[in-house]
Amino acid sequence: MSGIRKNRIAKSAAALIGAAALLTGTIPALADENAVYRTVEEIQESGSVRIGVFSDKSPFGYVDEYGEYQGYDVYFARRIGEDLGVEIEYVSTEAANRIEYLQTGKVDIILANFTVTEERAEEVDFALPYMNVALGVVSPEDAVIESLDEIGEDQQVIVISGTTAETYLEKNNPEIRLQKYDAYAEAKTALENGNADAWANDNTEVIAFAIENEGFVVGIPSLGSADTIAPAVTKGNESLLNWLNEEIKALGEEAFFHQDYEETLLSTYGADYEDTLVVEGGVIAGEEEAETEA
Amino acid sequence: MQSLGIDVLFKGINFQRLLGGLWVAVRLSLISVSISIVLGTGMGMLMTSKNRLLQFFFRLWLETVRIMPQMVLLFVVYFGTTRVFGWNLEAEAAAIIVFSFWGTAEMGDLVRGALISIPVIQYESARALGMDEKTLYLYVILPQTIRRMLPLSINLITRMIKTTSLVMMIGIVEVLKVAQQIIEANRKSSPNAAFGVFGTVFLLYFLICWPVSRLAARLEKRWAGD
Repeated sequence: MSGIRKNRIAKSAAALIGAAALLTGTIPALADENAVYRTVEEIQESGSVRIGVFSDKSPFGYVDEYGEYQGYDVYFARRIGEDLGVEIEYVSTEAANRIEYLQTGKVDIILANFTVTEERAEEVDFALPYMNVALGVVSPEDAVIESLDEIGEDQQVIVISGTTAETYLEKNNPEIRLQKYDAYAEAKTALENGNADAWANDNTEVIAFAIENEGFVVGIPSLGSADTIAPAVTKGNESLLNWLNEEIKALGEEAFFHQDYEETLLSTYGADYEDTLVVEGGVIAGEEEAETEA
Repeated sequence: MQSLGIDVLFKGINFQRLLGGLWVAVRLSLISVSISIVLGTGMGMLMTSKNRLLQFFFRLWLETVRIMPQMVLLFVVYFGTTRVFGWNLEAEAAAIIVFSFWGTAEMGDLVRGALISIPVIQYESARALGMDEKTLYLYVILPQTIRRMLPLSINLITRMIKTTSLVMMIGIVEVLKVAQQIIEANRKSSPNAAFGVFGTVFLLYFLICWPVSRLAARLEKRWAGD
C-alpha cells in the first residue's frame, strides 16, 4: 500500500528501474545454479540474518530518534531473529528494489509491508500473511456511507489519482462520480470542507484520517479484493519459507500479531480495527469460515 | 520554530544521525572524486591519441555514462554483477565504482578538451627549448590544462556530491535518506517537519559545496595574475 501512496513518483522511478531490470534481468541468472539464497542452517551458522525493511514508512518500518528500527514489520523481524537465535542485520529497502534484493540473495527475508500479488509471487516466494490490506471509505458521521449502493447520482467520492481506489471504482462502479486529487493534503482538505460525500483510499489511510479528524467515520472499512501483507524470501528457498510458515503458525497460538498491533499500530489506527488489519497465525478470517463450512 | 519542524532535529540523536549521513555522502564523493581525477587525467591524455581503436573505446565509455542514468548504473553494478557473475559487492564499493566510472569519463573529456585547446605553438616552443616529452607535459602543458579545466571540474565535483543521494536505492543510508527517516518517524507529531529537515539538508549540502567552489574561485583569481 505504500506503493500506492507515492504512485506518481513511483511510476517514474519504476520506469528507470524497469530499464535497469531489463539490463540485469534478461541476462540469464547464472548464479541460480549455485543457489543465491541461504538456508536456515546457513543463516544460523553465519550468526546473522539479513532482513530488508522500510526505514521511512511509519508505523510499519521506520527509524526512531535513537537510530533504532521500529514498527509493525520490525517488531516481527526482531522475533524472527530471536527465534532463529541470530543477530539481525537490517537493510533499508525502497518499494522499488524489494524483489531485486531477494533475487540476488542480498537479503534473506523482505519484511517491508510487501503486498502479495500474483505478479510478485512469480518472482519471489511469499510466506503466510500477517496483515490485511484493502480499500476503505470514510464519510462524515452525519451522513455515513456504509455501502457503495448508498451513493446517489448527485453525490461524489474523492479519490487520489493513480491509487488502487481510483482504478477499483472506475472499473467496478463506473456510475459513481469521482472527484480526483493529486495530493493527499488536497483530498483531505476537500473532504473536511464538504466538497464531496466520501473519500475512498487504502483502508489504513482512511482509518488514520477518521481517528485524527473528529466527525468522520469509516463506513466501509474493507472494500474490494482483500490483499494481504506477507514476508517474502528468494524463490526456491524452501528451507527458510517452511521455517517462516511454521513460525507464523506458532506465533498465532500466542496471539503475537495482536500484541504487535497493540505495541506499534494502536496509536495510529485505534483498537476498533485490530481484527480488520491483523492476520493471526497466517489464517485469513474469511478463509477460515470457508474451511469450516466445507 | 515548532511549525517549521526544526525541533525534530534535536530529538534523541537525530542531528548526529543527519551528520553521520552527511559523512557517508562526503566520504563516497571524496573517494570517487579522487579516483576520477587521477584516472580522468590519464584518460584525457589517451583520448587525444590518434589511435582509432582507443578513440572509439573512450567515446563509447563517455557516451554510455552520459546516456545511462546513474541510478541504472548503480543497479547494474550492485545487483547485476551478483546475477551474472555471482559477485557480492558491498553497496559502498558498488557506489564508488559507479561514481568513479562516471567521474573518470567526464573528467577525461574535460582534460581532453583542455589539452587540445593548448595552442600547438606551446608544444613547439617547449621542444625548441630542448625539453623532453615528460618535462614538456609536466611544466608547460599540464599547468595550463589544469587552469582551463578547473571551473568545469568543480562543477562536476559538486554535481557528484549531490548525486550521491541516489545510493539510497542500493541500501546505503546517507544524509537525504536520514532526513526522510526523520520526517516520516515524526509525521504524526510534526506534520510540517519536511520543511525544516529538508531545509537543513539544503544547508548541509551548501556548506560542503560552497567551500569547494570558493577554493576554485580563489585559485582561478590567483592564476589569472600570473
